[in-house]
Order: sequence, then C-alpha cells, then structure tokens
Amino acid sequence: MNDSALAVELKGIWKRFPGVIANSDINLSIAPGTVHAIVGENGAGKSTLMKILYGMQKPDEGTIAINGEFKEFESPSDAIDAGIGMVHQHFMLADNFTVLENIILGSEPRKGAKLDFDTARNQINSIAAENGLAVDADALVADLGVGDRQRIEILKVLYRGARILILDEPTAVLVPHEVDELFNTLRDLKREGITIMFISHKLDEVLAIADEITVIRQGTTVGSVDTKKQNISALELAEMMVGSELPTPETRGNTIREEVVLDVTNLSVHAAGGKAIVDDISFSIRSGEILGIAGVEGNGQAEILDALMGLVENTGVVHFKGEDISNQSTRSRRELGIGFIPEDRHRQALMLEAPLWENRMLGHQTMAPNSKGFLLNISGAKEDTQRIVREYDVRTPSIDVLASALSGGNQQKLIVGREMSGSPRLLIAAHPTRGVDVGAQAAIWDHLRNAREAGLAVLLISADLDELIGLSDTIKVLLRGQFVADANPATVTPQELGTAMTGAGKVSA
Amino acid sequence: MNILKQRRMFMIAFSAITILSITRTFTDNSDLTSADTISQALGFAVPIGLAGLAGIWSERAGVVNIGLEGMMVLGTFGAGWAGWQWGAWAGVLAGVLFGALGGLLLAVAAITFGVDQIIAGTAVNLLAVGLTKFLAIVLFTNAPGGGQAQSPPIKGSIPNITVEAIANPLITLHDKGIFFISDVAGLVAGLFYQLSLLSVITFGLFAGTSYILWKTRFGLRLRSAGENPWAADSLGVNVVKYKYLAVTFSGLLAGLGGAYLSIASTIYRNGNTAGRGFIGLATMIFGNWRPGGTGAGAIMFGYIDTLRLIDTGNKNVRGLILLGALVLFVIGAYLMRTGKRSTGTAFAILGSVMIGAFLAAKNFPPEVAQVAPYITTLLVLATASQNLRPPAADGVPFRKGEGH
Amino acid sequence: MNLRRLGTSLIAPLLGVGISIAVTSVILIAIHAQPLAVFSSMIKYGASAHAMTLILNLATTYFLSALAVAIGFKMNLFNIGVNGQYTLGAMVGGAVAGSLHLPTILSVPITIAVAMIVGAGWAGIAAWLKVARGVSEVISTIMLNFIATAIISYTIVRTSVGHETSLNVRGTAMIPESGMLRGIPLLDPKTEIYGFFFISIAIGILYWFVLNRTRFGYDLRATGHSATAARTSGIDAKRMTVITMLISGALAGLVGLPYLLGDAGSYNLNFPTDWGFTGIAIALLGRNNPIGIAVGALLWAFLDVASGQLILEGVPREITTIMQGVIVIVVVMSYEIVRRNQVKSEQKNVARALEKQEVSA
Repeated sequence: MNDSALAVELKGIWKRFPGVIANSDINLSIAPGTVHAIVGENGAGKSTLMKILYGMQKPDEGTIAINGEFKEFESPSDAIDAGIGMVHQHFMLADNFTVLENIILGSEPRKGAKLDFDTARNQINSIAAENGLAVDADALVADLGVGDRQRIEILKVLYRGARILILDEPTAVLVPHEVDELFNTLRDLKREGITIMFISHKLDEVLAIADEITVIRQGTTVGSVDTKKQNISALELAEMMVGSELPTPETRGNTIREEVVLDVTNLSVHAAGGKAIVDDISFSIRSGEILGIAGVEGNGQAEILDALMGLVENTGVVHFKGEDISNQSTRSRRELGIGFIPEDRHRQALMLEAPLWENRMLGHQTMAPNSKGFLLNISGAKEDTQRIVREYDVRTPSIDVLASALSGGNQQKLIVGREMSGSPRLLIAAHPTRGVDVGAQAAIWDHLRNAREAGLAVLLISADLDELIGLSDTIKVLLRGQFVADANPATVTPQELGTAMTGAGKVSA
Repeated sequence: MNILKQRRMFMIAFSAITILSITRTFTDNSDLTSADTISQALGFAVPIGLAGLAGIWSERAGVVNIGLEGMMVLGTFGAGWAGWQWGAWAGVLAGVLFGALGGLLLAVAAITFGVDQIIAGTAVNLLAVGLTKFLAIVLFTNAPGGGQAQSPPIKGSIPNITVEAIANPLITLHDKGIFFISDVAGLVAGLFYQLSLLSVITFGLFAGTSYILWKTRFGLRLRSAGENPWAADSLGVNVVKYKYLAVTFSGLLAGLGGAYLSIASTIYRNGNTAGRGFIGLATMIFGNWRPGGTGAGAIMFGYIDTLRLIDTGNKNVRGLILLGALVLFVIGAYLMRTGKRSTGTAFAILGSVMIGAFLAAKNFPPEVAQVAPYITTLLVLATASQNLRPPAADGVPFRKGEGH
Repeated sequence: MNLRRLGTSLIAPLLGVGISIAVTSVILIAIHAQPLAVFSSMIKYGASAHAMTLILNLATTYFLSALAVAIGFKMNLFNIGVNGQYTLGAMVGGAVAGSLHLPTILSVPITIAVAMIVGAGWAGIAAWLKVARGVSEVISTIMLNFIATAIISYTIVRTSVGHETSLNVRGTAMIPESGMLRGIPLLDPKTEIYGFFFISIAIGILYWFVLNRTRFGYDLRATGHSATAARTSGIDAKRMTVITMLISGALAGLVGLPYLLGDAGSYNLNFPTDWGFTGIAIALLGRNNPIGIAVGALLWAFLDVASGQLILEGVPREITTIMQGVIVIVVVMSYEIVRRNQVKSEQKNVARALEKQEVSA
C-alpha cells in the first residue's frame, strides 16, 4: 500500500445491459481524505457505477484500484474487505431489529457461541462519539426517524472499518436541518482521513460540500472540477450534466383564466401517530394555470397529492369545478376529470407485466374509449393506445409488448399521454420528467404547455427546480406541511428557491 | 428476562390456574387438572408444537411454510417405515430425514426458483400425500401386520419418564380436591408423570431455538433474511444459504413431529397428521412467531384435544365451555382496562353467551371441543392482528442482486 | 408475438408431464413393472367410451373447483378453503334437495342456489376477517375448513338432518329422482355424462368473459398485477376482496353438486372432501385460464380414472398421485422460469426492434 496513492482510481470502466450501455469509458480519480461528488442526471449511469465499485455488479471492461492496488470485486464482501462502505439511498435496515443488531449484522463480535452484545455496544458508542453520530444502540429501528436511520447507515459502514464511504443521494430524504447535520458529520469524517464519494444531482448541495466534482453524462465521465481551484456555478455544472443544449421548460404568455378549477381549503393529513404531515393548507388553481409546489422531499408533497386523489384519510374541503368532492372516491374523482401522474411510476402507475394497451386503461377503465357500460371496449382502448404512442412519441415496436419492456422515458410518456386523454380539467403531476431522458423531457414539457394553453389546470410537484420555475405560473413553498412562502417564477432563481425550501431565506412574491 | 416481564408471566400463570380451579370446582370434574390429563395434553402438544417451531424457523428466515403438513406426513411415514424394521429410534431418525427432504424441496421451489411460497408449500403437501400413500401400498401391503394404508407396528418404543418421588405425592394431593392447591399439584405432577423422552427433547428444541435465533450470530443472520434480506445481502450475509438451512431445518422439525405421531400410535397410518401441520402454523401466529407463545399455544390445543378424547360421561366439554367463558371475561376485562373498549365488550358478550349455554345445557357434543382450537385461532387473529409482528419480509421472494 | 407467447406458455406443462413420466417410469422399474405396458394400458382404458364418460364427469368437478380457486389467484387471493365451502354447500344443498318434492325445473335451481349461497357465505367469513380485521385468508380459510368438517359431522351424526342411508352410512335424506340432475348417455350407452358437464362449460365461458371483457374483470386482474397501481387507479381493494371471495365461494359451492345430483343422491359421511386441494393444483396447472384449467382437469381426471386399471398390471393405483404431485411441482417451477425469461427476452426484443427502426430512419 502506498500512502500517497489515490484512494480510488477507476480506468476505462464499461458496463452493458441488454439494449443499454450503462457505463462507457468511465475514468475517475479520488484523492484520500476528500469529499468527491459524482453528479449526473437520472439515468446517467451513476448508480451502475456505484454498484460496480461496491461489488454488486462486475464491469465488462476496465480496472479498479483502491489505495493503489488493483482489485476485482466478486461481491460486496470483497468491497467491504477493501475498506469500502456504501450508504444506500433507500435505507437497508431491518425495522424489527435494534440499532445494534442492524449495525453488527454480518460482522458480529462473539463470546464463545454467543453474540457479544456488550463489546458491540461499546464499540458502537465509541465510534459514534468520535464522529458525532449520536444514536441509542438498543432502540428499535422501527421507532426511529429518517435522520437517525441515516446515521445508523453511516455507523454501519464505519463499524466495518470502512475508509472509503459511498453515499448515494443521501440528502433526498432529509429535511434541511438534517442535511446540515449530515454535512457536519461528513466534515468530521473527512478530518479523520476518510474519503467520501457523494452521489447527487442537487447541485447547490454538491457545491457546498464537495472538494472535487466529477460529472457523468450518458454513461461516461465528461469532466472533473476542483472546487478549491476553480469557481464553478450550479448553472455551469448543469450544462456539463446535460451537454450544451440545456432545454428550458419555459412557458410563455399568461393563459390563466377566470374559472377556478380546484379550490382547497384547510386541508390536513395526519400520520399514524397523529402528527400533521399536511397542516391546514389552502390554495386554488385556475383554468390555464400551473401551480408549482416547491419543497424538500418529505415535507408533505406526496400526501397533498394523495389527499387530492382521495387516497389517504384527510380533513378539509376540496372543490373541483365548483363541486365539493371531499368525500368522493378516487374513481369518481378521476371520472370527474382529474388526471394523475404519481410519483412512483412502477408501483403506482403501471402494470409492468401487462401489455401497453391494458396499461392505457388503468385509472380510466370506467371511461370511454376503454369501456361501454360494464363491458370493456378493447378495440377502442387499442386504437387510443396507438394514438398515444403516435402523439406522445412512445418508442415501442407494438402496443402488445409488456410495459416492463419499455425504457423509463417511454413508460412515462405513455403515462402522461394516458393521463392527458379524455380532456381532463385538472392534472396532478409529481415529478413528471424524473428519470426521463432529455428528449422525452422536452416532449413532456411541450405537452404540458399545450394543455395549459387549452385551459388545463395543473398542480405540479418537482424536485427539479428549473422545471418547476420554468413551467409554473405560481409557486408555493412547502415546509413541514405548511406553505411558508410564495415565489414569482418570472424572477426567482433556483438558488433563492432552494434557500426558501430550507426555511432559511425569504423570496420575493 | 426483566422483572416486569417476570411479573406479567407470573400474573398470567396465576390467573390461568385460578380459572382452571374455579372451573374444576364448579363442574366437579377433577379430570380438568389431573396429572393424567396434563401428561396426555403435553403428549398431544408435542407434534403441534414441533410444527409451530418448524414454522418459526422457516418464517423467521422469510419463507412462509404452508408445506408443514406435507413435511409432517413425510415424517409419519419415515417413522413408520424405519420404525417397523429397525425400531423406534431409527423411526425418529428416518422421520426427521424425510421431513428435512420435504423442507429441502420447498426450499428449492421457493428460494431457487422463486415460486410463490404458498403455491410451493401447497405443491409440497400434494406431493407428500401422494408419495406416502403410494409407498405405503408398495411397502406395507404384504408386510405382516401392515396394510394398504398402514405400516406394521413399530418395534420397541421411546421410554416414558415418571419421577415417582415427585409425582406420587402430588397426585395424592390432587385427589384431595382442595381449591387451587390441588390443581397446582395436578399440573405439576403431570410434568413428571409418563413424560415421553420425545417431549423432553421437544422442550429442549424450544429452549435451543430461543437461544440460537436470538442470542447467536447464526440466529441474527437467519432472522435478518426474514426481516430485510436485501440489507443482509448488502452486508455480505449469504441470504440464500440461511434461507435454505432454515427451511430444511423447518422440515426436519416437522418431520420429528410426524415421527412422534407414528411412534405414539405405534404405526404409520394414512392421514394420521389430521391437519396438525396447519394447526402448528396457527400456533406460530398465535405465539407471534416466538417459541414461548407458540409452545403455550400448542399446550392449550393439546389440552383441549385431551379433554375431548378422554371425555367420560360428557363432562369435559361442558367444563371447557365454562373455562373458555372465564378466560374471555378475564381477557375482556384486561382489554377494557387498556382502553380497547369495543373488543373488550365483544369478549364479555361472547363470554356471557357461553355462560348461558353452560347453564342451559348439561350435554355438549364433542364437536364443540373439536372446533375450539380453530375458533380460538380465528378469534386471536381477528382481535390481535395489529399487535402481531411477523418478520417484515415474510413471504417475499428474494433474488440476489435485485432490489425490492 | 402472441404465437410465441402461446408456445412459451406450453413449455411448462409439457415439461411437467415429461418429467413426471420419467420419474414414474423410474419408480415403475424399481418395483419391477414395465413402464410402457403400464402407460399403454392406462391410455387404452382411458380411450374407452365408458372411461371417457367417467373422465368427463370427474373433470367437471375438478374444473369447477379450479375455477373457484383461480378467480382468487387472479388477484393474489388464496382461497385454501374450497374444501370447507363445497362440503358445506353440498351438505346443505343435499339436505334441502332431499326435503323438496318439486319438479326438476324448480328443485335443481333451488339446490344450486342454496349450495352457492352457503359456499359464498362461508368464504364471506374469511373475506370479512381479511378486510375488517386484517387476517390473512390463507390461515382463516384453513381454520374454516376444519370448522366446516366439525359442523358437517355434527349435523349428520347428531341432528335430524342425518339419516341412515341405503349404503349403511349416515347422510342427508335421499334426494327424490325429480330433484336429481342426471345426464345423458352420450358416449357410452350405460353411463351418463353429468348434466353439470354442460353447465360447467357455460360457467367456464362466463368466467372467461367476466375476467377478460368486463370492467370488473379488469379491476380484478389489475389488482393481481399490482395492488398499489390498482389503488392509485381508483380500484377499491376491500370491495374487490369481498366480491372476489364471495364469487370464489359461490363457485366452490357448486363443486359437490355434479356428483351429488348426478350420482350420489345424498351427502353422506363418505362424500369426498378434498376436491378443493385438487382444484388448487389444477388452477396452478392451467394458470388460472379456463382453457388451461379444462385441460388440467381432464388430465387429472384421466390419471384418476385410468389408475383403476393399474391393478391389472400389478401396480398400485396411487402411482398416479405421485405423477400428479410431480407434475404440479415441476410446472409451478417452470412457469416461474418461463415468466422471468419472457420478461427479459421481451425487453431485449424491444430494444433490438427499436435499434433497427432508428438505423432505418
């Protein structure tokens, strides 16, 4: 081992999947004791790269060197042995286990045949104290919040003696003060000489924490920036991420009409424990208006959408086209003319193992052209699926293929096309272009703009602030279930909006 | 075990004995707490408890095991076949091996091939019944003492243990009919009276399971496969290995339960399990996927079975009804005190109806006792589902490298 | 592409039958029998008009049982309780039919309705427990099976519903000839094909139609594909659970009737009680598709009926139960492999087709 060697050095990494090249010629050098950010769009190949580095997948070509030594990882165990630890975006914790059990799993101290709980507890407490990661080792994970869970994940890898930490989108689920805490922890870790790889697409966060930034685009590394030597703005980084032709989701002209399509008063959603996740909010959307809701994930956005669709218990009054729909079922809300693009495409919007035309009917099975009375109208549905495929440019050889066979972007175009059909009056859209390639993104934006001009009211939620600012006529900032500020999309910058979302700054209305 | 838990256990035991004692006095039926009854109840509880324990092993590793019944059937056959030729202990060994093979088959289907676990378990049941029926005809029809549907008698037996120094004086004390004291005497005497060595082994398996699954590295890893196999996998735990071991061992335990049945009735007989694998599964749920509760459930089912089968003069079923009513009242009162008013009231009403039946009729058909375990299970599931904590990834197929 | 899908869906059953024949042959050789002779004697007997009639009759029962299971499977609802539902349905139906002295045109529909209502009611308990109390239907239906057994034995043995019947076994009162639904001796002049054979064909068509051509069927299949997506689409999961369980139970209520009204004339203590499990096996073989189930039911019935012939070859007839067990286990495993490969190969095909389009464009 060489002390001055790079902590991680990847050369010429290639990884192909059927029909997709996930990584092509990835090159990456990371100095020890630094925070190195890897940024790229969704689908750019970041996760594949991480899986390769953590031994979950094998590269087709290329070399991995850790601390100057070449390595071939057959499984995560090999990566762990090489001192690499991974903090997954979706926490990998057993809810019914204690914190201690979760941490020691896989490398348990023993006394004779028995687990040595005392030694484990002492070890965990000392690691936690050294790195400012306070946790109760004997608490049940099911009782803990998101911030605690992330600390457990970090403790898990430190407990295994990891000197190189991979954090995959660690801030996606955190509220702002938790992000600050995380960043403080990362700085502490860096001081202890630990190397951190920070995967993200949130550029302001990356600029705040990273010593060096590598950009990945379409599966390949397109450049690295040393933030201490070079001053780079979020915009410049964004352009590196998407290439030169950064599409802008700008909407032109005012299309807002008199008619109030959606009127929400005193809406609240409570969690199982009684805590308000959506806390007494009111708003309205007019015909031809796009209302954007900005907020860090987990501040109540998802619950607002679910409440409006009648999918969760809620209190408050919802008027749609002047009619009180507060007690209507999800189905009758859809029948009245509300389209819904949910957050989780695979779980909420598709039947993956059913053909496209059957997916066309989902959520619209009670309406023309999919059914007549209690009977299905299969030819009608098929014809209309052809129309959606044509108009929304869904790339597929046929409407008989299974939905799982399409790429994420094409699945999403099908969903957008479906939810826009039957001329809805209101579209509720969560992250409509998440995980979608740039071309499909532009197409989806076009469709939203056109529908808006035709008088559609849209409630838009997006983590992509450029998208939110570019498309919305009005933006409201949501924090801990309440609207804390309004922003004018014509003047606000993503940075200002981002600050407002953390509750730190005020934005001009 | 901490003090609070100890106190709670003590209170439960105390209430149970008091209720038993009241019922015994009221119905003037000393059989309810006699050493003989308890000893037999333990015997009936063994196969059910082993099936429940088998369920714990499999489901703690995340594999739902509907195939327990089939694995038990394989166990009864193995014991009948080997026991007939080489004696009872060989029968135990063969029963255990046959059961383990059944477990292995479920493991291959459910873990390697990712077949829905309920479907795979059902398939194991079908195959086990078919196979043993066929083999019984081929192997036993022309054997002396055997038949198309049953094996020749098993040679020898597993010894019973009676500690006379303890049992005899207690039995005398029980016969005196003193409230509470005689009942405790009967219950304790039952533990030292004609206790099968296999019952002792079963008790050891329960204790061993508690220790292995909750106190050792092996157990932690095995349970992690049932709680969050993806997390375990990401930490280098060989999830598939642990699932295989768990399900195979589950089959082994179910096989032992089957072997016990054959040895207790001295022959293998088609259909001898009579759904005990399924009842074992019920006791496992009943016991919240833990050995203590599962064992208690098995003993309760065994007790009800015993009272039904030794019923002379139609007294026991009536006693059971009073017993059930009192238990319902006590639980109902407890539920009301802890704020669950509607469920508590429902228990009290049900209890009153049973008291009414108890007072109104002198004779009850044995079918009432026959269905009691199943109705109890449904009642527990219907009222306690929210408090049960099954392993989080129970029944969820795991494939290495795929997310969830 | 649809032809290819059909082709791949045949792989599993063929593999199942093939492996099962191989396993059985090994066993036959082990017990010194001639596999070829055994199989040919089974086929020869199975092809006779008499045997074919018996096969159709038994297949009718199996078909109904499998449909009852399949409709639940379609939305990931496991009705393990068909046994309890059909035995209770047949007992109550038999008792009612035995007490009625009405013309066939009235008596048979009443019997059918009673059996279906009893089956649905018994399944309804499991549905309620699942929807209102969160109890898994797998466990509750198993428990309800045991309870049904006890109720039946109590009713027949200890109440006035039970009588000593001609076969020296207690059962419900003999159904008068006007209450029976006999059949027609179509193939064999001496044996009748049950009237229920034709009814069950109609039910099979109805099943297909409801599942594939109605909104209800779509909702049911969508719930089976993805419970979360179904909910988001506006399907009321609890309502679907209750309705589907009731339909499943109602279908199960029919299972005992072909034999009861076509042959037995009384629900007695010798009435077969495990046709429900057979139904599970056949639903798995037929992949919940009515044609597949029909083929599976015929195969199963053939093995059961032709096994009677094996005694002549000096082979125990239970060899066919092994064949059936092996078929089921191989088929469920191979379906899973086929399904996975299908998804993967379709992804590859789509990617390839799109590449071609782009090259030519």
